[in-house]
Amino acid sequence: MFRKLLSKLGEYKKFALITPVCMILEVIAETITPRLMGLLVDNGVEKGDISYIIRVGIMMLFCALFGLAAGLAGGFSAAKASTGFARNLRKAMYGNIQTFSFSNIDRFSTAGLITRLTTDVTNVQNAFQMVIRMSFRAPFSLIFAMTAAFLVSARIARVYLIAVVILAVIIVTIMLSAMKSFRQVFKKYDELNATVQENVNAIRVVKAYVREDHEKSRMYKACENIYKLFVNAESKVVLNGPVMMTAVYTCILVISWVGAHMIVSDELTTGDLMTLLTYCMNILMNLMMLSMIFVMVSISMASGERIVEVLDETPDIVNPENPVTKVRDGSIEFEDVDFSYYKESEAPVLKDITLKIKSGETIGIIGGTGSGKTTLVNLICRLYDVMQGKVKVGGVDVRKYDLETLRDNVAVVLQKNVLFSGTIYENLMWGLGKKAGSEITEEEKEECRRACRLACADEFIEKMPDKYDTYIEQGGTNVSGGQKQRLCIARALLKKPKILILDDSTSAVDTATDAKIRRAFYEEIPDTTRIIIAQRVSSIMDADRIIVMDDGRIDGIGTHEELLNNNDIYQDVYESQMGERDFDRPGTEVIAYA
Amino acid sequence: MPEQRPREIKMGRGARAMGPRPKLENPGKIFKRLCSVSFGHYKIHMLFVCIGIVLSVLCTVRGTLFMKDLVDLYILPMIGKSSPDFEALKKAIIDIAIVLVVGILSTFMYNKLMIYVSQGSLKRIRTTLFEKMENLPISYFDTHSHGDIMSVYTNDVDTMRQVISQTMPQLLNSVITVVSILISMIALSFPLTLVTLSMVGVMLLASKAVVKKSSSFFVKQQSELGALNGYIEEMIEGQKVIKVFCHEKQALGDFDGLNDKLFISANNANKYVNVMGPINAQLGNVSYVLVAIVGAIFAIKNVLGFTLGSLASFLTFNRNLNMPINQISQQFNTVVMALAGADRVFKLMDEEPEVDEGYVTLVNAVKDEQGNLTESESRTGLWAWKHYHKADDTTTYVELKGDVVFNDVDFGYTDEKIVLHNIDISATPGMKIAFVGSTGAGKTTITNLINRFYDIQDGKIRYDGININKIKKADLRRSLGIVLQDTHLFTGTIKENIRYGRLDATDEEVIAAAKLANAHSFIRHLPKGYDTVITGDGGSLSQGQRQLLSIARAAIADPPVLILDEATSSIDTRTEKLIQQGMDKLMKGRTTFVIAHRLSTIKNSDCIMVLEQGRIIERGTHEQLLEQKGRYYHLYTGNQIAS
Repeated sequence: MFRKLLSKLGEYKKFALITPVCMILEVIAETITPRLMGLLVDNGVEKGDISYIIRVGIMMLFCALFGLAAGLAGGFSAAKASTGFARNLRKAMYGNIQTFSFSNIDRFSTAGLITRLTTDVTNVQNAFQMVIRMSFRAPFSLIFAMTAAFLVSARIARVYLIAVVILAVIIVTIMLSAMKSFRQVFKKYDELNATVQENVNAIRVVKAYVREDHEKSRMYKACENIYKLFVNAESKVVLNGPVMMTAVYTCILVISWVGAHMIVSDELTTGDLMTLLTYCMNILMNLMMLSMIFVMVSISMASGERIVEVLDETPDIVNPENPVTKVRDGSIEFEDVDFSYYKESEAPVLKDITLKIKSGETIGIIGGTGSGKTTLVNLICRLYDVMQGKVKVGGVDVRKYDLETLRDNVAVVLQKNVLFSGTIYENLMWGLGKKAGSEITEEEKEECRRACRLACADEFIEKMPDKYDTYIEQGGTNVSGGQKQRLCIARALLKKPKILILDDSTSAVDTATDAKIRRAFYEEIPDTTRIIIAQRVSSIMDADRIIVMDDGRIDGIGTHEELLNNNDIYQDVYESQMGERDFDRPGTEVIAYA
Repeated sequence: MPEQRPREIKMGRGARAMGPRPKLENPGKIFKRLCSVSFGHYKIHMLFVCIGIVLSVLCTVRGTLFMKDLVDLYILPMIGKSSPDFEALKKAIIDIAIVLVVGILSTFMYNKLMIYVSQGSLKRIRTTLFEKMENLPISYFDTHSHGDIMSVYTNDVDTMRQVISQTMPQLLNSVITVVSILISMIALSFPLTLVTLSMVGVMLLASKAVVKKSSSFFVKQQSELGALNGYIEEMIEGQKVIKVFCHEKQALGDFDGLNDKLFISANNANKYVNVMGPINAQLGNVSYVLVAIVGAIFAIKNVLGFTLGSLASFLTFNRNLNMPINQISQQFNTVVMALAGADRVFKLMDEEPEVDEGYVTLVNAVKDEQGNLTESESRTGLWAWKHYHKADDTTTYVELKGDVVFNDVDFGYTDEKIVLHNIDISATPGMKIAFVGSTGAGKTTITNLINRFYDIQDGKIRYDGININKIKKADLRRSLGIVLQDTHLFTGTIKENIRYGRLDATDEEVIAAAKLANAHSFIRHLPKGYDTVITGDGGSLSQGQRQLLSIARAAIADPPVLILDEATSSIDTRTEKLIQQGMDKLMKGRTTFVIAHRLSTIKNSDCIMVLEQGRIIERGTHEQLLEQKGRYYHLYTGNQIAS
């Protein structure tokens, strides 16, 4: 995992290497200072040599300046290395996500991908910076101080060594056990927040059923639980301080005792004693620091793992070698197609689909939720690959096409469709394959307007103050559902596809407009194969053929009249919708721009 | 479904403390309240915490002063003596060891006590917050984004946690440490103290300059991070559309631009945070060196009784002073940040709760042979409104039947803008009333008035002849069952979710309700049946199944009045047919208000109300309305009248 992450350091590698070097230089400066102090005491103070004191003092000041320079350089390079690292990680992840197929995206979920690109990268960035700055500094500082202590007095340095080992064992034990408890706490803490979230979302249900007290008592219990876990976890951490203090004080007292004996018997000078006491603090402090690094790294480990998952994911669908770059016509063929989203799942979503659609035909698809309608059409433009069998477009297996060619010729208006922030023109330009923000020519504008007329979107666009230059907010929140759907249809039409697939794309459009759009298709783009998935029978009634899907199979194919005669499901649906009209929908149009 | 994001792990407190300080209206007042909320219930604890901190600091200071004695009183006099006497030193070391043990113990004690104080007060804050929130009127939730409310719990309470459990005790500790070190320093040598303090001043000035410089970069980093995150969110949400339009390359180009921008500002911001440490550390070293030089000279000249031992102690003090001073300036920033969070927490706590001046209550009742109602202790299946009349000090009982009457009702969310005008509805027990009309016509609003989620401006609503303003809200709502379009389920088993409608229902009653709603068959097929745990908002179930559960939940409550607000709209027509039977069974004998856009759901209503812009423009049965050839007829036949 670490290797994979670090390989993304790229041009910032040198900064990542410079940082520890600078940190080590800083440590050297810091280690020399107490030693100079000792000399100053022994040779200066005790002998009353003021000029020596000033000489050594100036050396110490130089040490400080040197340390400052090294520290600044280290700080600068650490910032560059860690933020650059984060930049490269984001870039690599985002780049890889662009190659993902639908099934890859499904596996991670949208929210999951966003978290990985944002929070997780920040966590890794912080931990990385901490590591390159501190994880070399602390042990080196510890080793230098220890070596210096040994040089001054091996006997006393041995006391430190013992203290370090004992302390390390105790602190690691405490930290490990505390981390385990904290993980538990945070899990419960998330659960607590989930409960609150549930309550905020479902407040109407809570109030309607007068369950405020019930919810409160649930919350009390959860809070009590968190309280206990937190107290338990923090009680462990709280041991750190006293343990550390005990170690420091014991060392100081032992050194005082041993040192006093040594000084008296002339094995040690007073200056040495003062030097050693400073090193004592240095060593034990650095040990504490190390344990903190340890905790931080292990916390951000989970983030690192999540990032590597994205980096390691290979796209399920890639361009074939020597791809076909021309689509002959809009004919579609399914040959014994089986499909399921997860390889291991037993029940396939589609089973034994065999189907031939002629170029220029209009096909309606109807069926209950989960019957496989969307799945079926998603196979046509190879958003997913079949498990078994073949899907052919224009007589050629879809897996042989260049993906871009295929998707330019097979336009899908997805069920969950989105518009992007930008003007209407900019959004429509997606269909022409042009980047948003670039100059739009008059002809292209005319083309956009034509597509909007076809999709019956022109009527509401013309009523907007800025017309086609109206800015669409993120997520398309400033247009109504029906308007959004019509814009999405227009965007797809601009591709001039040979096959146009509408996946429940007019559900929020009122019946009359829906009919008008279909009429426009019939008159203006008669050669395009049209596949329309709908809930409303009225949307597909006049199709050349209608496919009734049920439980992943084709239950019946035929014209409206044929199916009314021989298909039970179709009869059922038709009857239940007989004369049905939507009472809300026409109104949405009025409200949105009233 | 609400998005579940993993908790942000907060690291690098320095980084946050470096950010710009938020502006607060009355920080002193908020701070005072924060203290009283956090420590008010733990006065004795806090007393001991303070004693502990003082003791621990004093013991540490005493330990450092021991350096002086060690060198001056014990080591120096013994040097050169042929038979040095170590007894005095042994005794001194034991004495000081006892002092240090006291210090360690008191540190442990106050830290441990602090856990109980901070976690205890956090528990109190969380529960109080939740309690207050549950009592807020629906309008609060309508006018505040759920994200903002959640952030009070996740972010703001979390910063409070940090401040209460870590920052406050540390701050106290730092202050006491600084004061006692300063006193000791002055006792050792006043001129050297001045040297130290002047360096502290330099340090504070330096960090102030750095913070000033860095905070502008931080603001920039924050806004660019926001821009990039926003872009990522938008693009990832639309990733499938990007794929369909083969727009990957373009999406990459824009991303790179934003990513590079963020890198530059993040680099700058981090740079300044990182230099803070070395600058302070080395300035500390300079201060140390200066004291060493001056102190050494003092010791040689023995200025004002300054000895070598004094120098040893003073140098340690010099080191120990820098740390808490840096901490104080950082912690001060953290406290200010947390005050902003605390302010939001208190604001939510201070919101006006839903008022309930109702006094008519719902009680179990028994009917005697003459048809007189009397109150009963046990559940009888017969309910009555207990109505106390103050005027003549009498109590009357009215049977709960489900008779709802709207009398010339006007309503607006604010007084200025009335959204419902002159609504007259009369629903006798068992009647089915349907509302039809475009989005925003006011259908849902009417139902929100019956259960008093909102209060009307003018007119009267009567329930079984009683003005609903006189009925206790809890009892009023208990007599109404609601099934909403968004089926909110709760984390727990299926059984618990159905039982939400009536907490004391037996397992048999739960199953009976599930059968009534046609939910029994799918539940039986789940791996653990009724004990299957559903998480989040019932994500593992299909929309239709969730809908069935919420119908079962309403069924078990067995209310005389039902409100079905688009209860079946997200179910396809075929599945709806299956549910319909359950719904029909459920509606039988109950006053039902239905909002739906599907004709099949409302066709057999006793009365259909056509709403437009807050007014009832047509009313009658399906046949009557068709005959009228008005708005309903046009909607029904699909011939749009120009709107």
